[in-house]
Amino acid sequence: MSLSLEDLQSLCILSRLEIASGEMEGVADKLSEIVTLVDALQAVDTAGVEPMAHPLDRAQHLREDRVTESDNHLRYQRNAQRVEQDLYLVPRVIE
Amino acid sequence: MLHDATIAQLAEALRAGKFSAVELTDHFLARIERLDGNLNAFITVTADSARAQAVRADARLAAGDATPLTGIPIAHKDIFCTRGVRTSCGSRMLDNFVSPYDATAVEKLEKAGAVMLGKTNMDELAMGSSNENSSYGPVRNTWNRDLVPGGSSGGSAAAVAARLVPGATGTDTGGSIRQPAALCGITGIKPTYGRVSRWGMVAFASSLDQAGALARTAEDAALLLQVMSGPDPRDSTALPDPVPDYAAALAKPLERMTIGVVDDFFDDGLDQDNAQRVRDALSVMERLGVTLKSIRLQNIGLSVPAYYVVAPAEASSNLSRFDGVRFGHRAEGAGDLTEMYMRTRGEGFGAEVKRRILTGAYVLSAGYFDAYYLKAQKVRQLISEDFARAFRDVDAIAGPTTPSPAFPLGQKVDDPVQMYLNDIYTIGAPLAGLPALSMPCGLVRGLPVGLQLIGPHLGEGRLLCAAHAFQRETEWHTLAPPGI
Repeated sequence: MSLSLEDLQSLCILSRLEIASGEMEGVADKLSEIVTLVDALQAVDTAGVEPMAHPLDRAQHLREDRVTESDNHLRYQRNAQRVEQDLYLVPRVIE
Repeated sequence: MLHDATIAQLAEALRAGKFSAVELTDHFLARIERLDGNLNAFITVTADSARAQAVRADARLAAGDATPLTGIPIAHKDIFCTRGVRTSCGSRMLDNFVSPYDATAVEKLEKAGAVMLGKTNMDELAMGSSNENSSYGPVRNTWNRDLVPGGSSGGSAAAVAARLVPGATGTDTGGSIRQPAALCGITGIKPTYGRVSRWGMVAFASSLDQAGALARTAEDAALLLQVMSGPDPRDSTALPDPVPDYAAALAKPLERMTIGVVDDFFDDGLDQDNAQRVRDALSVMERLGVTLKSIRLQNIGLSVPAYYVVAPAEASSNLSRFDGVRFGHRAEGAGDLTEMYMRTRGEGFGAEVKRRILTGAYVLSAGYFDAYYLKAQKVRQLISEDFARAFRDVDAIAGPTTPSPAFPLGQKVDDPVQMYLNDIYTIGAPLAGLPALSMPCGLVRGLPVGLQLIGPHLGEGRLLCAAHAFQRETEWHTLAPPGI
């Protein structure tokens, strides 16, 4: 299986991930090798097999629906690059 | 020397008052200062907070309120969130991230009185088998500085092997505790999926990720795992089952234990000397009263392809949180939001992480989901059923941990598929959620190799018991790297 540069370009957009133009070809080649590796799965007969949902076949352990956390947003926002009036700032979205 | 003692021995000496926790902490901090320069096992050393924790440990020891880990120096893989301390996960993306909270495993070890010396180096976001993918430079193997220590918990493994710390935490998604433990000549255990809470552990592949312990002996790994394990209301996948007393499990005799030997693991891909060391170790097990039984795991050969669909798929989803908005790196000067996301992630992630995100996006994208992701989860079910069938006849499954001893830095870093195949023996256990450990079982051309033991779900006690019995009979786990 070989990935084209167009395929890679659309994966980059889906993943919101910039790859430098000079690296695109190398990345496409390596991804093609990985896809070839995982293509071994196609030969397996999995008719009637349920896909695994949990390795121990357990349900999620849920907790009571009540508030246990206090408001710590000021502490959490210390890790943000841009904050103003307690809001996260991002580049302009609406013109 | 102090640093040659195991955690169990250090705990006894601390209680007997042979030295204080502060003295012990200073001893190991001095070793890190002196020896880590060319190993690069630590990303962050927390000397001041370590001394403060040691002072508190001494007070607990004096008051008779100590646990077996009180005053014991440990290190955390830099994937665990540590309040007030940078948690980089080996990535430029998180270079500026100071965690506002502690991971549950970190919190539990701190409550037990363990002293954190620092955060260890790792492959970026736990993706790698050689530690060459770290944004902080590669870790070097303590046995030979030109070789890799394995990964992704390579910093933890190298630090324990170099006696910079007697025990450390790690995480294992496809082999990231067991493979570096094998290549560095130490003992490492990845417990059952959900045994240790994943809360505060930077997520890679959520259905596979599991925290565990690296130490020099099975007994020490048991002491760490005892504290780390248990239910956690903050992680809905943490198992509610009570944690057994692993120390009591170690004391049990091995009689009537049957170990299955996987024939498929002893193939052409396995270094022949490595194979011989594993067979020798199995003979020791036999002398200890274990019955060996040859078994087959029909679909185990599909582990690597199944893993490299499931793990990247989950990673591509988990890693979408790194967007430059709430924490972490942000690219400067982007014109709009999409450009900011794309450039932030392009700058913040290294080559392997990018490959896995893109692979994940590919296998999950429209038209490919059934052919790859769903197919892989079905194959994963088949692999898991093979293990379940085997465990009807055997108590544990044994084989090599890695195909060979440590390989040279740079040898596989540009060949991802070759790198992935290094985890061929370790990937099966996490796909099935099974506990597994690696322990030293000999030297190949002067380098350590590991014996892997895989157990049924929640069978950690029995695995540790078998490993402990082996280590009472052999000296491989006591060998120190040259010059250490």
